Amino acid sequence: MNSRETVLGRVRRALADVPRDEGPDETHVPRDYWTSHAERSDAERLDLLAENLADYRALVHRCGAGELPATIAELLRARGARSVVAPPGIPEEWLPAEVERVADDPAASPRELDALDSVVTGCAVAVAETGTIVLDAGEDQGRRRISLVPDHHICVVRAPEQIVDSVPQALRRLDPARPQTWISGPSATSDIELDRVEGVHGPRTLEVIITSPEP
Amino acid sequence: MSGTYLGMPSFPRAAAASTRDMRLRGNLRHATHTIRAKRAKAVEELGDWEQLRAAGAALKNRTLRHLDHYLEQLEAAVSAAGGHVHWACDAEEANRIVTELVRETGESEVVKVKSMATQETGLNDALAEAGISAYETDLAELIVQLGDDLPSHILVPAIHRNRDQIRDIFREKMGSWGRAAPRNLSDDPAELAEAARLHLREKFLNAKVGVSGANFMVAESGTLVVVESEGNGRMCLTLPETLISVVGIEKIVPTWQDLEVFLQTLPRSSTAERMNPYTSTWTGTTDEDGPSAFHLVLLDNGRTDALADTVGRQALRCIRCSACLNVCPVYERAGGHAYGSAYPGPIGAILTPQLRGVQSELDASLPYASSLCGACYEVCPVAIDIPEVLVHLRERVVEGGTVTVRGQKTTIKPAKGHAAERAVMRAARWTFDHPRALRAGQRLAARSRRLTPRRLPLPGAGKAWSDSRDLPRPAPESFRDWWLRNRGPDTAGHEGDPE
Repeated sequence: MNSRETVLGRVRRALADVPRDEGPDETHVPRDYWTSHAERSDAERLDLLAENLADYRALVHRCGAGELPATIAELLRARGARSVVAPPGIPEEWLPAEVERVADDPAASPRELDALDSVVTGCAVAVAETGTIVLDAGEDQGRRRISLVPDHHICVVRAPEQIVDSVPQALRRLDPARPQTWISGPSATSDIELDRVEGVHGPRTLEVIITSPEP
Repeated sequence: MSGTYLGMPSFPRAAAASTRDMRLRGNLRHATHTIRAKRAKAVEELGDWEQLRAAGAALKNRTLRHLDHYLEQLEAAVSAAGGHVHWACDAEEANRIVTELVRETGESEVVKVKSMATQETGLNDALAEAGISAYETDLAELIVQLGDDLPSHILVPAIHRNRDQIRDIFREKMGSWGRAAPRNLSDDPAELAEAARLHLREKFLNAKVGVSGANFMVAESGTLVVVESEGNGRMCLTLPETLISVVGIEKIVPTWQDLEVFLQTLPRSSTAERMNPYTSTWTGTTDEDGPSAFHLVLLDNGRTDALADTVGRQALRCIRCSACLNVCPVYERAGGHAYGSAYPGPIGAILTPQLRGVQSELDASLPYASSLCGACYEVCPVAIDIPEVLVHLRERVVEGGTVTVRGQKTTIKPAKGHAAERAVMRAARWTFDHPRALRAGQRLAARSRRLTPRRLPLPGAGKAWSDSRDLPRPAPESFRDWWLRNRGPDTAGHEGDPE
């Protein structure tokens, strides 16, 4: 008997007390928890996202959709970034001409990626209640590693359509078949005396630009 | 790492040593009290915490009651998404599978994400024997590995070390594993984190094989989930060409949407955050994004034995948040090493004796590593009734009985050295069965209460217990007498023992 059959056999013997005709869904799961923790307008949801992102030391910027290229240019300039990796879904006009744009190339080695200054991505969804942005490898987000290795990540969130209230709402929008990275603030650790310190292996600076349609 | 839990002394002996270590107690007290207050605040933010807790418990119960169904569903989904599924009956088999998989890649180094399962199986030692170096990349695991030490906490394995000690370990040991720490390294946590970043970046950029565990596996989609803070997890999960994940069979949740419960309760219960900095999810392999080969090793190693125990089974609901450690008065004083396994604290006291059995002196002592105060149950995000299981396991230690060991029903003998307890239990049973004797005894105690000593210096085996405890003062009146006096003999009459 192989190990697969051994383990499954042990599981079935262990569950001798479970009636044979009981289906998995017959174990009742109470679902009276909330799908969000408050009723919010679009503006309130945006404010909460900004507040919770900032609470975990992400740098939050707000701008109109038309001001986006100028905002990105300013952040890269302030950082002194000379090279930026950007996935194909990031429009040419978003990035300043004086900064070298590097494609998200699967053939590039991690070391080459490590030599780049910044990364600019979009996101799939943002969660206001937890201050989380979710990347799912979409066209404007690229492969998982590009938002990991460079030390400076700029992420663009389109309000109001990309912002949801809660974790349950975010999961409903996401496809588990796609690889995902949920990001809540820059990399951090609580490993020294259970005290939170920002900045370990992931980008130490996370800047989130929330864009809204022009009034 | 040469650290091992094998041959460790029983809990009371190990704890007797650790409770005298004032620095250890200071470090633990500081850390656990800090996180306790923060956690309470993070939980308070969610008005539906109790509903989430009930749903989390029910989801895990559903998984466990139909584990065979979900395991097969998971296997099919992972395979369909390009992953390879392996099954391991025990630790040795899991280690052998991983060692073979690493050998097939031709590599002699792996980077590791913090994983309880591989800590449990002793994977690093097994790999070392095969000439493969395993680099721990979680900051606390790195501290433990460099210090040739053992983890003492589920979430923060180096919780027993303070910043001075960490600085010293980094200064002395980093150089022999790779990039050395700066000579003038201070004990500032930010500087320590920076030293770890530089030391490990070299490893990440060269890594060809990553080894991880997982916090959750979604049966319907075959998705694995790793919840972390530092980004070392992301590095290990995305940069290498081969990823090997060793995961306990109980880590399944039925559906993707079910994650909505645990992704709310785990970070708040664990690090007291609304959300941990990084959560990675992946399903098999993705073309040109992340590892091109993915292996999932499903680990039993005693879990099915725990599953066979209808009372003890609930321990398998555990999502390894470590909230029970942080509130436990025994853990705070004894420290994690005294529990002698990868799983310290209250959850370890019920999980380890079920995974390993209660035949060794250490494992038989674990169900007693508790004052049964119940704080662990209160904070558990999946409502594991730890005191209930502790009492159940104490009974097993003292009385023996039928248990499942490695899948086989076995009758175990009562453990040695519990004769006094068995006698006390028999006496208690007799007394409660004979109310007149109980009443006489209680009255005698009440009348002679001034004569009761503050401590009861027991001889022999009872000495250890009585030495560290004050006797409670007997009440001036027994509850039965109080009831009789206040409520009258009519209401008390049904006990059938009129005077």
